[in-house]
Amino acid sequence: MDQTQITQTFNQQLPGAVVEEQSKFLVIKKESLLAAAKILKDSELAFQHLHSVTAVDRKDKIEVVYHIYTYKYRFMLTLKVYLPMTDLTIESLAHLWQSANWLERETYDLFGVKFLNHPDLRRILNPDVWTDYPLRKDFNRPDFYRLPQTEGLKAA
Amino acid sequence: MSDIEAKDKKDGELRSEEFVINMGPQHPSTHGVLYLELRLDGEIVKDCRPHIGYLHRSCEKIAENRTYIQFMPFTDRLDYLASMNNNLGYALAVEKLLNVQVTERAQYIRTIIAELNRVASHLIGIGTFAQDLGAYATPMFYCFRDREIIVELFDELCGGRLTYNYMRIGGVQTDLPAHADKFIKDFIKYERQKLKEYNELLTYNAIFLARTKKIGILKQETAISYAVTGPMLRASGFKWDLRKDEPYMIYDRFKFDIPVGKTGDSWDRFKVRLDEISESLKIIEQAIGGLPAGNPISKVNRVFKGPPGEVYMRTENPRGELGFYLVSDGGLKPYRNKIRSPSFSNLAVLPEMIRGLNVSDAVCVLGSTDIVMGEIDR
Amino acid sequence: MMNLLIGGISVVGFISLSAMFLIWLERKISAHIQNRMGPMICGWHGSLQSIADSLKLLLKENIVPSGADKLVWSLAPFFVTVPVVMAFLTVPFSKTLIVRDLNVGILYVASITSICVLGIFMAGWGSNNKYSLLGGMRSAAQIISYEVPLLLSIVLVVMEAGTLSMQGIVQAQEQGWYVLKPNLAFAFLIYLISSTAEVNRVPFDIPEAESELGAGYHTEYTGMKFAMFFVAEYTNLVVVSAIATTLFLGGWQGPLLPGLFWFLIKVYGLVCLSMWVRWTLPRVRMDQMMTFAWKVLTPLSILNLLVSGWWMVR
Repeated sequence: MDQTQITQTFNQQLPGAVVEEQSKFLVIKKESLLAAAKILKDSELAFQHLHSVTAVDRKDKIEVVYHIYTYKYRFMLTLKVYLPMTDLTIESLAHLWQSANWLERETYDLFGVKFLNHPDLRRILNPDVWTDYPLRKDFNRPDFYRLPQTEGLKAA
Repeated sequence: MSDIEAKDKKDGELRSEEFVINMGPQHPSTHGVLYLELRLDGEIVKDCRPHIGYLHRSCEKIAENRTYIQFMPFTDRLDYLASMNNNLGYALAVEKLLNVQVTERAQYIRTIIAELNRVASHLIGIGTFAQDLGAYATPMFYCFRDREIIVELFDELCGGRLTYNYMRIGGVQTDLPAHADKFIKDFIKYERQKLKEYNELLTYNAIFLARTKKIGILKQETAISYAVTGPMLRASGFKWDLRKDEPYMIYDRFKFDIPVGKTGDSWDRFKVRLDEISESLKIIEQAIGGLPAGNPISKVNRVFKGPPGEVYMRTENPRGELGFYLVSDGGLKPYRNKIRSPSFSNLAVLPEMIRGLNVSDAVCVLGSTDIVMGEIDR
Repeated sequence: MMNLLIGGISVVGFISLSAMFLIWLERKISAHIQNRMGPMICGWHGSLQSIADSLKLLLKENIVPSGADKLVWSLAPFFVTVPVVMAFLTVPFSKTLIVRDLNVGILYVASITSICVLGIFMAGWGSNNKYSLLGGMRSAAQIISYEVPLLLSIVLVVMEAGTLSMQGIVQAQEQGWYVLKPNLAFAFLIYLISSTAEVNRVPFDIPEAESELGAGYHTEYTGMKFAMFFVAEYTNLVVVSAIATTLFLGGWQGPLLPGLFWFLIKVYGLVCLSMWVRWTLPRVRMDQMMTFAWKVLTPLSILNLLVSGWWMVR
């Protein structure tokens, strides 16, 4: 199995979804992500294993990268979605693959990509009170970290 | 009369409420700084929410500010019980990016070392699991005694006992010492004997069986949906091992089996780890037998630029599939280095497993997942 | 009166020394089971280690948790320690060495040691710590359940000896130790298991369950109060071993050596057995342990009692 087969499937069932095809990855439209994911998981391609979800900050846009694996054909698909910096929202895949829950939380925590319809979108690695997204390229590392003072701390 | 008492009177029965217990981040059996928020009904776990991030060092951000070679020591600190395997995974990823060929001898040495580290890591997994079950430190000490032999070899090899930084891009740091051949062969013989002892002490001990059988069952579908990998996935009956199914390096040259469990309970997870030790010993035995001559030391330049593009490389770590997603823009440093750590996904499934169990069982199940917080928080 | 005073003081002395010795012994035994050396610095093979430890504990700050129920919390260590010491009053160390040979001796020991559970529960409740509370709850359930088979196996001995006096039971075994009779040997086994649970030792150390509850009911205790729990634990071990020796192993009886020696040899033999078990086995779960007490041990000991009774009156 290779990537062209998946591109063909997409072209048949979701015309216009594939924006860009490169040797190592496929880029699909943001709106058709959920439909594409459903096809991958439920068709006979059997992509059962959502291996990782992450993002890459390209300064003008953020790429959300999904690594999805099929045990049946032993193929790792790299699926990308480009998000403009003005609208960092994307559909969550958590109800298709349970693993997406934590992986998307991590991506949200580190990049600020908002996953819509996510069951529990909270920060996972950083404290809840943080407002920054540390893996963005425009993130300025402060010289000294101090958590915003909470009511309890003030009282103490 | 307080409100609560008034309510008691009105209901005419004893008021009961959920009991929230904060297990961790400082707790003897949370394997580092994991914090589990357990909701208990008596001693039955109603719900569990893991909170992570206490060990977050943002390794991925650090990677963006270091050259490819400089990031190698940081991989040691991910899964600190299997540093060699992390080194290997990272080295393979960079080699894939650069398209570098590694000498035969280096590949053999890497295999031997990685498998030795797998043995060491599984030994700790078994020892701490028994400790969590309340076997006061004895199995733990036995496992550490065996691990010590491996660590001694590594110490001689690279000067480190926990964080090795031994693999290099394009090879390894130093050749094996002269007596390594005999040393490793002796160890294999010794360890095979000891594995029998562990079976007597733990595996078929009645109390151990009563505590672990049918506890924390992880169904195959759940495991796959949660992207669980490694021994946990295999214990659920799914025969999947990257070393066999998508062989990287030279793993296709060796004969070994993939141990699988039947039910996916805690005992199966324990047994799969124990069996994997003996399979790893088989690999080491074959590799040390066929060790070719040559120079294992890296010939890659100290300073290099990564060609633009991206690679994804995953390897079978003791805890599951470790993946490095390297994105390069042609500079000295990677543009993005995503680390896909196995424990992260393996921990995510924990609430599914311990819902409805006792507190004691929750500890048992947590021990059987064998997580390392350094890798989860990165 | 004077005799009683001297006896009481010597019992307390014996207890403190024996607890210190046992702590050292346990550390050495565990170390050798685990391929370690154990304490080696203080004195010959670390023999003064326990003294150093108790000095350290004496000098430590006594921290009272702010949320604790102070009265209950402070009284708890005494409720654990004092009954254990009192239990020694009727234990016959040798033919003459006994503080007071009560005619209801065994009944007295059984009732006085069951006060301990109150202390443990007080510690768990008073600490205002969730882990301690869980530990205390577990402990209360466990000790009360195991008291039943424990007492049933003692009843069998009383039936056989025809007396409640400890000295009387020892003398009744002049013809042969009770452990050599099949029905009493079975009772001895039940006694050993239940007494292990009674003193919260592995595989029944559920109230402390370090890997689950931190340290269980004594999590919040420091300094001397913690030391009292520690001493009580080891003394309790000696008490149950001493009772086992008296009831089943012929007490101080034995050839050649004086009675006191025989008594101590037997007691410490049983203690070492318990230590060996402790450093080998994993811990059972709470519900498994309760099931074992109520569905296995209790029916078996009742059955044993009935069959032996029928055999006696036959």
